[in-house]
Amino acid sequence: MSEQEQMRERSLEEEFTKRIAQDEKIEPKDWMPQRYRQMNIRQISQHAHSEIVGMLPEGNWITRAPSLLRKVTLLAKVQDEAGHGLYLYSAAETLGISRDEMYEQMLCGKAKYSSIFNYPTLTWADIGAIGWLVDGAAIVNQVSLTHTSYGPYARAMVRICKEESFHQRQGYQIMYKMANGTPEQKAMAQDALNRWWWPSLMMFGPRDAESTHTDQSMAWKIKIKSNDTLRQMFVDQAVPQADILGLRIPDPHLRYNPETAHYEFGAIDWEEFWQVVKGHGICNKQRLADKNKAWKEGEWVRKAAVAYAEKQAKKRVRKAG
Amino acid sequence: MSQEEQSLKNEWPLWEVFVRSKNGLEHRHFGSLHAVDAEMALQHARDVYTRRMEGVSIWVVESKQITASDPAQQTAYFEPAQDKIYRHPTFYELPEGVKNM
Repeated sequence: MSEQEQMRERSLEEEFTKRIAQDEKIEPKDWMPQRYRQMNIRQISQHAHSEIVGMLPEGNWITRAPSLLRKVTLLAKVQDEAGHGLYLYSAAETLGISRDEMYEQMLCGKAKYSSIFNYPTLTWADIGAIGWLVDGAAIVNQVSLTHTSYGPYARAMVRICKEESFHQRQGYQIMYKMANGTPEQKAMAQDALNRWWWPSLMMFGPRDAESTHTDQSMAWKIKIKSNDTLRQMFVDQAVPQADILGLRIPDPHLRYNPETAHYEFGAIDWEEFWQVVKGHGICNKQRLADKNKAWKEGEWVRKAAVAYAEKQAKKRVRKAG
Repeated sequence: MSQEEQSLKNEWPLWEVFVRSKNGLEHRHFGSLHAVDAEMALQHARDVYTRRMEGVSIWVVESKQITASDPAQQTAYFEPAQDKIYRHPTFYELPEGVKNM
């Protein structure tokens, strides 16, 4: 880069920083620092992959839902997750990466998705716990992201948040029904809470002190609130909800601090978190194998659709001619 | 095979989706999606963007057909309107007591 180019780059970056400071949104064709572009691509595509892989643990229960209503509800929820993935892929594409490239990064295991989806759904109560806790945690994060600085990402978040609250409520209702059912049902609900509680807290990512991208990401308002702040918000919301269910959160250190007006909670097992992130969770291999299988087995459908469109286009030309 | 056809083999073209929420309102940009042709784009738009009665009408347009103004030229393009405050009603002071204006 010549000296003149460097000067121009610096003045553009100053202008950019000023716009961010004034809470202006950045739109696709605006000038942006390369690193801002890359950080957004990384975060938005990971978010998209999470929605897409997130369909798998729940899809597992569609055929075994306990009633027709529960079945159509779960189908609608899983369809929403597909939709959310598509909104997010589109938002990321405006930054200049292709859909296929992003998808390929996910399929080969290079790109990450939320570690929570590498845990298995063992009983029907898990569907309740996922809606209540996993979607609940996602909502806390996503509501904050509706204020993110990149326009297309913020707009996708607004749309997603509108739809997500149904997910949490239907999950909570499943938990409430089971917690007030037979002793066996209540035990199932408690067991699901026991298994999903800690992984849900891990969804917010590493502690602030260990989060490598946080500083720059917050300076550019890609992230609006830090991992620890969001985690605390979630705990403060979830504990009273568990009380109403009559279920016990599996944390002996959990206690309310009237001075801070927050719940204090015990230490998170970060060793487990990093193991899952690195690919050694219970379901990592199965999830990726399933996504790869679906992509490969769907290839003929994608090809057939293109062949059909070409045939139709030729027919139109012939008619016009 | 042309370059465009080659790229179609790998990835379906991108379409922009516009939805009219209800009669009486304009179509508004909702987002984008990939589809092989206009018909499929419409079907996908219905499934992706109107699962909760968000619309009564959908337009799809292939993204490459859209010509956009250049954000780098934003100032040159839109600034001329800035100093023409006489185009706004508040520019004109009315004498005390004038009503219905």
